Amino acid sequence: MSAQSIDLTAGDLVEARRFGRRQITGMVFGVAGIALIALVAPNITGDTRTFAFEPPPDALDFSFDPPTMVTIIGLIYLLAGGLSFLPQQFDRWAGRGQLLAAAATIPLILVVALGLSATPATNVTNLFDESLVLATPIALGAMTGLWSERSGIINIGIEGTMLGSAGVGFMIFATLGEASSTTWLWIAILVAVLTGGALALLLAVLSIRYQINQIVAGVVINLFALGLTGFLRSEVIVPSGNSKGISTSEFGIPLLEQIPILGDTFFTGKPIHYMMYAVVFLTWLVMFRTAWGLRVRSCGEDPHAAETLGIDVIKTRYRSVVLGGFIAGLAGAWFSMESQSGFEDNMTNAAGFIALAAMIFGKWTPGGAFAGALLFGFARALGSRLQFLEVEISGFGIPSEFFQSLPFAVTLVVVAGALGRSIAPAAEGQPYRPSK
Amino acid sequence: MAGDDERIPVLDVRGVTKTFPGVIANEDVDLVLHEGEIHCLLGENGAGKSTLMNVVFGLYQPDKGSIRVRGEQVQFTGVGDAIDHGIGMVHQHFQLIPVFTVAENVILGNELTNGPFLDINEARRRIIELEDKYGLAVDPDAKVGDLSVGEQQRVEVIKALFREAEILILDEPTAVLTPGEVDEFFGVVRSLVDQGKSIIFITHKLREVLAVADRITVLRNGKVAGTADPSTATQKSLANLMVGREVVFQVAKGDAHPGDPVIKITGLRVEDVRGARTVNGLSVEVRAGEIFGVAGVEGNGQRELVEAVTGMRPKIGGTVEILGQDATKMSPRQITELGTGHIPEDRNKHGVVGAYSIADNLILNRYFKPPFARRWLRNEAAIASEAEELVAQFDVRTPGIHVAVDNLSGGNQQKVIVARELTGDVKALVVAQPTRGLDVGSIEFIHNAIIALRDKGVGVLLVSAELDEILSLSDRIGVLYRGRLVGTFDGADATREELGYLMATGAAPESEEAAS
Ligand SMILES: Nc1ncnc2c1ncn2[C@@H]1O[C@H](COP(=O)(O)OP(=O)(O)OP(=O)(O)O)[C@@H](O)[C@H]1O
Ligand SMILES: [Mg+2]
Repeated sequence: MSAQSIDLTAGDLVEARRFGRRQITGMVFGVAGIALIALVAPNITGDTRTFAFEPPPDALDFSFDPPTMVTIIGLIYLLAGGLSFLPQQFDRWAGRGQLLAAAATIPLILVVALGLSATPATNVTNLFDESLVLATPIALGAMTGLWSERSGIINIGIEGTMLGSAGVGFMIFATLGEASSTTWLWIAILVAVLTGGALALLLAVLSIRYQINQIVAGVVINLFALGLTGFLRSEVIVPSGNSKGISTSEFGIPLLEQIPILGDTFFTGKPIHYMMYAVVFLTWLVMFRTAWGLRVRSCGEDPHAAETLGIDVIKTRYRSVVLGGFIAGLAGAWFSMESQSGFEDNMTNAAGFIALAAMIFGKWTPGGAFAGALLFGFARALGSRLQFLEVEISGFGIPSEFFQSLPFAVTLVVVAGALGRSIAPAAEGQPYRPSK
Repeated sequence: MAGDDERIPVLDVRGVTKTFPGVIANEDVDLVLHEGEIHCLLGENGAGKSTLMNVVFGLYQPDKGSIRVRGEQVQFTGVGDAIDHGIGMVHQHFQLIPVFTVAENVILGNELTNGPFLDINEARRRIIELEDKYGLAVDPDAKVGDLSVGEQQRVEVIKALFREAEILILDEPTAVLTPGEVDEFFGVVRSLVDQGKSIIFITHKLREVLAVADRITVLRNGKVAGTADPSTATQKSLANLMVGREVVFQVAKGDAHPGDPVIKITGLRVEDVRGARTVNGLSVEVRAGEIFGVAGVEGNGQRELVEAVTGMRPKIGGTVEILGQDATKMSPRQITELGTGHIPEDRNKHGVVGAYSIADNLILNRYFKPPFARRWLRNEAAIASEAEELVAQFDVRTPGIHVAVDNLSGGNQQKVIVARELTGDVKALVVAQPTRGLDVGSIEFIHNAIIALRDKGVGVLLVSAELDEILSLSDRIGVLYRGRLVGTFDGADATREELGYLMATGAAPESEEAAS
């Protein structure tokens, strides 16, 4: 039994700190930090650039010279990289460092884009305002996904549910309200919400009652909505002569809207946008603080265990999926009656799928999914802004898509490293048959 | 004791029949439970014990028969009704949600609320109250997935008590517990009875039955085979009643004729899921034609040892050689292909694919080879005939080979795994807890099968929490303590006491020399 005397060796101690995903992410940040300091900072223009926070004249603003800013952010990256290689007990700090570095990426993109552009100043308040607005349907769609998937039903039909609601809602508005009556506008929004519920009910019947593969059921919803709304547009909406009209109007929250800078960004806006915040908050509150939420989550984790506690899994799933459908219906109304007035074919333009991505990014939690929606909203807003800025390197225009894709690249790194694995509800997608 | 009892029973099951497609799981079953008593329900794997209890618990609706609770005729349409009548059940496979906390698991379905919101504080208070009353320690805020099996068991009991169950059904609660946990569990059971609860207790361990039962009912093939009085019954008489024939408790085995080493482990170091080094410099040789038993208190590295040898877990250091080849970095498939069979500890996670049929599960380790595969196509005829043969040979109780394994009783699922792993061209066998949850007849059968393989020259590494199993099967026994073998004994000389002492205390270097 000589081998038993083998004890801790030097090799063990080296192995003790192994190379995991956190270290790989840290390395990525470290290398990026060095590149920023050594390559980007010296080559970017030294002319002063300005972030404006209010419209001119006498705008509140922040001026800086790009090389210094790039160097500071580069140092943050290096710090995040360094923290990742400390011993195990500092793991939490490594995680925080990486989140900080990730957050610093947003100013970095703006600084670099502005440094490379001929325009010396840009209004960032507007940019954030646009991000929030564009995040509305994504956040709502993510909540739809959350209600469905937390109860155990995979929902890739969010896109179709939104599109169908946008179309049916606007059809009511165009035909009955001539696209001009405020009362009918709100009735039409309600119809959109109900349409969302109806389409979700179809998904629920297909996947719960008939136990069709849930992905297939979702695809069915998407195709059905696409066909249905195309038909409604050309046969009902266009012939009605009311293809365009009014949409929900902007309003400010009394008092709060007068706060400088913030007032404009956060406290003036349109109603569905505000409802989105309420929906996110209520989703969290109901799902994680009430008895019904606990039951919904138990059905998504282990329906048989829920059954042994007297919970009616089938009923719970139906309700949860349909509730999610109502939320998607609201998102549909946003497309055809808030962001613009009118219906175009396929106007949701994959927002439903992006919403799913936001939900997964957020690890199936309302707060996380909302953060994901903001990120996607920001990327979309950034894209249009950059087109406008005409960023170029030595005469060559850089496609705005390049900068637009940067937040996603960072997200990938962060999700892999700082946030860790996201775990779906355990029973998601599996057909369930009650015992008899 | 039984028979001329004038009291109204708390539970009176009469003439219950329950069928599944192709199976009569229960046929005209009677069962009487009196207040404050422990009624043991015995029977072979697949005899219908869990089915009967699920009927009582309202999960299944009986085809025929009646149930009375405290004299009142009841008709349960769902679990909720049974809970309302004070019936609680701890299921054979735990019904817990690993990502929820203990408190959330306990209140689920009977939530305590404060206005519209969950009242976790009140839940915590009541859980702690129950824990103090019945001696069931577990942290209400812990995530259930982080708990040991013994603690999860306690959560299940708390769940039932929280619903104010007066009648508790415990379906094989001790099958998954370590010997220490079993003693603790019986402490809990005793305090439950002292507080006036009535208990139906299912187990395959006859020693436990004789120690705790007030009454015994034995099921066989879905029917009541008889009742027994624990004061006069013996392990042998109970086993005969269960199986319908004589059962030999002590397996007969000849001398071992060990050959060349088939599994050679040197300086093995492995980490568990949490990153703790649970196998730390373990070395052992298992030779052809011998059974090497690893004894030890659970949690000393057994699981990681088995997973490392079978390629399921990476090794931090050391080497594993199987049949003369370096298998340290091999995948499970490669190790299987060398001629290694593996009966895993966690039957449902690593042993079977529950939704697949018995036939498919029986070829999981060879579906890609002829005759089961013809190039890229399955050969259904060969698969079916193999399945028919193994089902008959290993006595798997099932209506057919195309039944999903999920629908088999726990013990029969285990037989499917054993059948698959012991057939084919095996030369080395790694076996973890092979008879957990099996009835005495099946244990006898599997033990004989393992010994038969040994006699054909297979080297067997056996890990078991049952000291009796280790002692009756092993040719050599190693005691695992904190990730190392602290002593090796000759199987014929080792005693329970000697092993138990070493398992509990670790090494005393003088006592270490023995056959090696
Ligand atoms: N849901 C089901 N569908 C079809 N058959 C089933 C189902 N549940 C149990 N059976 C069958 O009913 C019979 C009795 O099973 P049961 O689980 O009650 O046995 P058991 O006595 O609890 O066995 P074990 O000791 O192995 O747990 C078995 O033949 C089993 O295959
Ligand atoms: Mg059972």
